[in-house]
Amino acid sequence: MKFTQDHEWLKPEGDLVIVGITKHASEQLGDVVFVELPEAGTEVSKGDEICVIESVKAASDIVAPLDGEIVAVNEDLADNPGLVNEDPMGKAWFFKMKLADMSALDGFMDEAAYTKFIG
Amino acid sequence: MSDLKQTPLYDLHRELGAKMVPFAGYAMPVQYPLGVMKEHLHTRAQAGLFDVSHMGQVILPGSDAAAALEALVPVNLVGLGESRQRYAMFTNDAGGILDDLMVANRGDHLFVVVNAACKEADLAHLRAHIPEVVEIADRALLALQGPAAETALETLVPGVAAMRFMDVATFDWQGAELWISRSGYTGEDGFEISVPAAQAEAFARALLAMEAVEPIGLGARDSLRLEAGLCLYGHDIDTTTTPVEANLAWAIQKIRRTGGAREGGFPGADVILAKLETGATRQRVGLRPQGRAPMREGVEIYADAEGGTPIGTVTSGGFGPSIEAPMAMAYLPADLPEGTTVYGEVRGKRLPAVIAPMPFQPTTYKR
Repeated sequence: MKFTQDHEWLKPEGDLVIVGITKHASEQLGDVVFVELPEAGTEVSKGDEICVIESVKAASDIVAPLDGEIVAVNEDLADNPGLVNEDPMGKAWFFKMKLADMSALDGFMDEAAYTKFIG
Repeated sequence: MSDLKQTPLYDLHRELGAKMVPFAGYAMPVQYPLGVMKEHLHTRAQAGLFDVSHMGQVILPGSDAAAALEALVPVNLVGLGESRQRYAMFTNDAGGILDDLMVANRGDHLFVVVNAACKEADLAHLRAHIPEVVEIADRALLALQGPAAETALETLVPGVAAMRFMDVATFDWQGAELWISRSGYTGEDGFEISVPAAQAEAFARALLAMEAVEPIGLGARDSLRLEAGLCLYGHDIDTTTTPVEANLAWAIQKIRRTGGAREGGFPGADVILAKLETGATRQRVGLRPQGRAPMREGVEIYADAEGGTPIGTVTSGGFGPSIEAPMAMAYLPADLPEGTTVYGEVRGKRLPAVIAPMPFQPTTYKR
């Protein structure tokens, strides 16, 4: 599993990568009350704001970690946004994407580096 | 946060693991480890303890204080009975609201509680019109709110259970003089307790030692008051809103209105009394967004799903943990009836919301 400086986790699954937000990010956000997901089939560029997370405090964006195509989204989050707090690293994945270049994953932090990053 | 003021409970907040944020010049707990959602629900289910010591506590001594203060507010204070409290607002010459406040008749003086952010301006305003104004800087102010508040406080302070909504009384707790009112700002039954700063922490610890009582931060305080349909000064009311537009006309008693025995005689009376007769063109209303997406402060409201210009703006909005849905307050044209669907523009999309009655969550005051 890899981690971005935007507090997203990226987990390779075959030729796809699953994307969610880290436990640290979910704790910082507070109780999540609404998640807006992109549509499957959307082509995205690195840095695009593609999801919105609303917590009791504020709205935050999730950005596309890399160039690619969204191939699946987690519809459970729309009905049960609280999953983001309960199981951020598991059931509360946000989307799966097909990367333009799978090797681009290598540039991200591993768990030890991320733990140090959030210090 | 070193230049921020601290309340007498600052060390206790830190010990309890609160996340502290700057608010009106004070370091205040926005949430505790429980988190905003659970703190909110706990207050509605049992009892929540809030530190509201940042608010201003002011005494106006003397039997003439009520008449003097009436010159600044459109509220009947001369007729406020002893040991009773009433909601009021300072108005300006344009009829706008300078602050909202609580006024208690404590026999030989009035006890006034004002908003933290307006405290200095309110004191200057009072001193310009009233000869003797005493700021109380050596007392903390706590709020205990929720269905278990009565039982919890009665355990420590026998006698409070006999109080009714908006009663005020003085009690003793281990030698500390408590000024207690049966009121609050959550829509729940509960109390506000002014306690000497030196005993504040011990008193708070005694309450928190009870199973039913949890500490609650400003985050949940905001969602609780919004569910209860209560205004937050600087957001839902300010100098650009008259009490009539703000839907606070209920706070202006007949005796201060046109034809009343003490008609007018407060700043902006001409504007406010005229609006009471004719009605305002815009009004603070409740909104229930139809999806799950919250409509927060600043969201512009449109009459139609496409095109047109904004007809109003959200002044407070968020998610209501008890109603399990988003909720908002907005100023909209007064001729739109409840039930009307309007559209809030959220991140470029027009989302439907229905004009709805407030409070969003039924209040449980013990009248």
